[in-house]
Amino acid sequence: MSHTNTERVLRPSKGLMSLNLGELWRFRELLGLLAWRDILIRYKQTYLGVAWAVLQPVLTMVIFSVIFGRLAKFESWGAPYAILTLAALLPWQFFANALSESSNSLVASARLISKVYFPRLIIPISAVLSGVLDALIATSILLILMPFYGVAFHPQLLLLPLFFLVAFLPAFAAGVWFSALNVKYRDVRYIVPFIVRIGLYVTPVGFLWQTLLPEKWRLLFHLNPLVGAIDGFRWCVLGEKFTPWWPGFYMSIGITLSVLFTGLIYFRQVEKTFADVI
Amino acid sequence: MNAPVISVKNLGKCYRLGSSTGHDTLRDHLTHTARSIARLFSRSSSASTNVEDNTPTEYWALKEVAFDVQQGDVVGIIGRNGAGKSTLLKILSQITDPTEGEVQMRGRVASLLEVGTGFHPELSGRENIFLNGAILGMTQREIKRKFDEIVEFAEVEKFLDTPVKHYSSGMYVRLAFAVAAHLEPEILIVDEVLAVGDAQFQKKCIGKMQDVARSDGRTILFVSHNMTAVKTLCTQAVLLEKGRVTHAGSVNEVVNTYLHKSSANELERNFDLWENAPGTLQVRLKSLKVIPELKNGMLQATVRTPIRIECELWTHFTEANLNLSMFLNDIGGECIFNTSSTAHAVSNGICKFTCFIPGDLLNDAIYTISVLVVRDRSVPLYNFKDAVTFELLDERKNKAWHGKWPGAVRPHLDWKFEQQCSTHP
Repeated sequence: MSHTNTERVLRPSKGLMSLNLGELWRFRELLGLLAWRDILIRYKQTYLGVAWAVLQPVLTMVIFSVIFGRLAKFESWGAPYAILTLAALLPWQFFANALSESSNSLVASARLISKVYFPRLIIPISAVLSGVLDALIATSILLILMPFYGVAFHPQLLLLPLFFLVAFLPAFAAGVWFSALNVKYRDVRYIVPFIVRIGLYVTPVGFLWQTLLPEKWRLLFHLNPLVGAIDGFRWCVLGEKFTPWWPGFYMSIGITLSVLFTGLIYFRQVEKTFADVI
Repeated sequence: MNAPVISVKNLGKCYRLGSSTGHDTLRDHLTHTARSIARLFSRSSSASTNVEDNTPTEYWALKEVAFDVQQGDVVGIIGRNGAGKSTLLKILSQITDPTEGEVQMRGRVASLLEVGTGFHPELSGRENIFLNGAILGMTQREIKRKFDEIVEFAEVEKFLDTPVKHYSSGMYVRLAFAVAAHLEPEILIVDEVLAVGDAQFQKKCIGKMQDVARSDGRTILFVSHNMTAVKTLCTQAVLLEKGRVTHAGSVNEVVNTYLHKSSANELERNFDLWENAPGTLQVRLKSLKVIPELKNGMLQATVRTPIRIECELWTHFTEANLNLSMFLNDIGGECIFNTSSTAHAVSNGICKFTCFIPGDLLNDAIYTISVLVVRDRSVPLYNFKDAVTFELLDERKNKAWHGKWPGAVRPHLDWKFEQQCSTHP
């Protein structure tokens, strides 16, 4: 039994609690197992199984490049439209899945929460982590397709994991907030799909915002934390011409981190009452 | 004497009811806030808008609870339904916070409030062993080491790679308990897990728990309605009544006090307000009544008296098929019989199930009734345990025997006698 101290005192919780990362670390095995369970379950009883992790990004890529690239004839700065779209789809789909899964995760684990103790934070974290496998599969498709479209491998491609982290942070931050709010306010169930649907339009997945957006809106546009992640991905995959606008990039990371931090504080404050409310 | 392993001091848990729990949607919260603001501006009407504050808003599930547990003690926690046993276990298991007071614990704690917590129907037996073990607090290394033992105890070798949704309910429970039985904490907290499974399985579980208790001086806290199990397993007991500890001490003493106290008839339970009634968001108990059909002049029911059990429920469904399952238990918590009504479609409103127990069926004893609300003939919604208690007196006519009749029931059955031959040939 790794998870309980040999001596402890249970008291009413008051004020701000520490984030207690040490405890989270002690439960890392359970965290891994819950993520592994989510992955196993996601593709059980599906006919195509893990093939869905391939089909979803590829089909979306095809549709987007036909609509935006062929029909609307959006500017792509000379890059193949399919790769331009797929590079953006990776962080977007990772974000969208992680957000949907994690915001619903606590409510879906109601039974567990009312019967066993563990740091509740591992539930939204494991929900986000369970999307990593899908993201890895999609990334390998991107790497396979790049030579087909004549896109050379740039050295900054090695930075790709870093930009996954940039997509991970907002998903995690929002997941922490929404999963905790969802326990008390089931409105979240309607808000999150709405955010995901609208998000696809205001996030430059199927187009290059640099060619469409007037400069005065640039800062406002970067309030969307996914813009930085997508720009980073395109930069890694397509090269120097696609360098992100760094001031906006750092700003959105700063905002994301503060949302995450306040989310963690809120989560720790309400987690003791989850079992009573859920 | 050493310092106690568990020390509970002035523990209290308060739940808020009524208006404050109503804010389940943002809209409720927003309208409430808006109303409070409006009230600020129109002070004159403030008295009339305060209707919602009339409902009771606080409920102390536990109050001023204090007791110590020494290392190696096996402590039974007993008390009627709603006495606060489950709340106490939830606080000790760190699932919920106390409102006041504190608990000190020395040692690794594992709690078992349910068998099979976290089991997933789509996963195989093998996968569930690892998942469930981790949820209960075992490390992967520990589980690997005990894997064969667990499988053997559960008797499921052949089905290890079958999803547990295809298991029979017996196999499912055996596997779930097998994982839990191989925990090795210093303090084990167990809720009514023995309520599941058949009698033979219950014996196996009690045996396993006895082993655990006797070896290496483990400390166990055990909640049960089954007084036989408590007496077999525990050395000490704590009696909770309405959220307070009324008796604590050796198990025989406390159990006897409890049995004596609860022998009083409690023929009716009424809950006039939906807010206070036990149940779920969709179905709650309005009333449960034992109505003996007393003949003229009789004051109390006897073994011959037919009895009517009436159960009223508040329902809050768009549409659902409900049936009521009723358990008649003896005072020790053993189930004498279980009977189930037919299913009926209900929506919003109040419905009533009535069960008729004929006279000349039960023995002279004290019985308690539990009712379980079931949806679609398969999904248990809420189990209201030991809601009412009644005693049947002895009644004999033309009998020379005056001792206690043995047996759980005492049916009046038809007999036939034939004189085959009047004299020996």
